[in-house]
Amino acid sequence: MNEQMMKKNKKNSKKGFLFLGLVIVGFILTSILIPEKSPLILQTSFDYFKQMAMVFPAILILMGLFTVWISKEFVMTHLGESSGIKGIAVAFFLGAIPTGPIFVAFPIAQALRKKGASYTNLVIFLSAWACIKIPQELVEMQFLGVNFMLARLLITTVFITIMGVSINKLMNTEKEIEVKI
Amino acid sequence: MKTAISINGLVIVLLIISFIKDKKKTKKSLLIALKTLGKIAPSILSVILLIGLMYGLLSDKIAIFFGQENGVIGFFTIALFGSVIHMPSLLAFPLAGSFLAEGASVSSVAAFITTLTMIGIVTLPLEIKTMGKKFAIYRNLFSFGIALIIAVLMGVIL
Repeated sequence: MNEQMMKKNKKNSKKGFLFLGLVIVGFILTSILIPEKSPLILQTSFDYFKQMAMVFPAILILMGLFTVWISKEFVMTHLGESSGIKGIAVAFFLGAIPTGPIFVAFPIAQALRKKGASYTNLVIFLSAWACIKIPQELVEMQFLGVNFMLARLLITTVFITIMGVSINKLMNTEKEIEVKI
Repeated sequence: MKTAISINGLVIVLLIISFIKDKKKTKKSLLIALKTLGKIAPSILSVILLIGLMYGLLSDKIAIFFGQENGVIGFFTIALFGSVIHMPSLLAFPLAGSFLAEGASVSSVAAFITTLTMIGIVTLPLEIKTMGKKFAIYRNLFSFGIALIIAVLMGVIL
């Protein structure tokens, strides 16, 4: 069992490197074919890298501390299957705290999942992280107006919740079928 | 910048508290952090380079899509476009604002913002790696659906 898991891990990391290789080849081809684009590509990637590098080590350590110190029971009561509306509120709050690009959120969501957070709350957490951050809302208000910002915030909140509940149902019914088989 | 400083500060404080309370546990948590980094580093690097590539190749074409906006097709094109390209929302809002000012419809601007921030075709490999294939695909598909609903509702309300 353990060996199998290790093999799977190895296979996964190979895939990761393969993908990275493909992207690098893509970049090299682009720089040869459309050289005038490569400064913008590099600049954008570099900006992203900087943005990520500033918070990512801290987020990883936070995740490690979280894994070690926070009990499964704690996460399950606050974000688990039976956490209800309170769980949804916690997920929104956690997601809306400003913290950086969306891909930083995936390892956090993974850690939460391992501790027993429900899919509903994970979807809400990731979606809130993606599009309803508090400092971002101020920028949105500045550029798109207060009505646009409020309407989008309200509608998005409602539909993110509906999406969370639906995905949770889908994931869980499939699990039940698997168990039956 | 402020965010980065406060997160790093918070983590340093927590790390010190953890270290005082239990050295072994703290060491273990750092090991977990390192292991996770090793596992997802290639995916993260590819995502970052891919974002740069997409942005570099497509950014000057966004305006064209908004300019030729013709009903449903234009609307879908913009939503698809927002799903493929990924942009920090701090950049997306000013851009979306300029489209709105130039006469693009509220719906298409809303679709653009929602798909841009919530759906990540470039971040999909990383999402699959951390959350599983099924979850990642469901989340992205559903997000596309609700992005369209949000956009239509925004158009109706405003």
